[in-house]
Amino acid sequence: MSHLTPPLSPRDHTQGPPGGGARVTLVEYGDFECPHCGAAYPVVKAIQRTMGSKLLFAYRHFPLTRVHPHAEHAAEIAEAAGEHGKFWGMHDLLFEHQDALEDDQLIAYAKTLGVDPEWAAQALTEGRYEPRVRGDFASGVRSGVNGTPTFFINGLRYEGGTDALLDALREATIDAPPPMKSGG
Amino acid sequence: MVLSPGTKAPDFTLKKSPDQTLSLSELRGQPVVLVFYPADWSPVCGDELALFNEVLPEFARYGAQVVGISVDGVWCHEAYAKSRNLDFPLLADFEPKGEVSRKYGAYRAQDGFSERALFVLDGEGVIRWSYLSEVGTNPGADGVLAALEEGAAQKV
Repeated sequence: MSHLTPPLSPRDHTQGPPGGGARVTLVEYGDFECPHCGAAYPVVKAIQRTMGSKLLFAYRHFPLTRVHPHAEHAAEIAEAAGEHGKFWGMHDLLFEHQDALEDDQLIAYAKTLGVDPEWAAQALTEGRYEPRVRGDFASGVRSGVNGTPTFFINGLRYEGGTDALLDALREATIDAPPPMKSGG
Repeated sequence: MVLSPGTKAPDFTLKKSPDQTLSLSELRGQPVVLVFYPADWSPVCGDELALFNEVLPEFARYGAQVVGISVDGVWCHEAYAKSRNLDFPLLADFEPKGEVSRKYGAYRAQDGFSERALFVLDGEGVIRWSYLSEVGTNPGADGVLAALEEGAAQKV
């Protein structure tokens, strides 16, 4: 069974209760231009709504750039937006506009989110966030990611389809130890 | 049964394009990753080869050469490699059909195509790691990377 390597850390982009408060963690390795990831996007959203504070969701980049020519810059613009606390806003915009991922469109999304478009354009040109995206990709390869999307539940690779993801998470929640009490 | 680690990898010469051949012996001196797969164009293969294509820079850190092998003909390989932007050679185990795959224990006689099997060879052409995957399952690249890493560590 493949394990998430490295495990979740503050480096990751997460949604959900901080500080070990969640009963279950879900990590997605995704590609913003991948149609299967696009199809999984609303499913994950619905799962997040259903599970609320029981779930910590994280997203890591796994762009297949030779098949999806826009995927690398899409991942980098998400990181650029993340620099300004807008990673998830960009994540959502990209999955909602998978057919509009040209550089000028990515920069327009940055602007929509209140990120300086000139700065964002410069970041893309320089490849400022490329090392970060490569780092995610390498971690995915090491973790046994074999395509996108690949999900990890509590650090173990989930082998089923997206439609059965909620059931698998609920099962993992039952098996999970009670949440850690935070220090205060 | 696919050939196991410690076995000398059988040499072969196969077409890599309509007018070029590649012999395994030409790749001596560097690690080689042999990727046997059932067919061009089938969806899981696509994912597997697309993945290996994407991981090439990681393999390159170990100086490894990746080679894909199936029973498809050279023209089919050419069209497929072009459509998927593949940056490594696809060899045609086409005539006699599946002969090389058979030598590696990676041929499905009942189906008439290669198994989904992976081999990591060291610079001397000895198999260091092999893996037979289910036909419908993309094996991922982590096993290959771990084998290359181990090989590099042994050299030091």
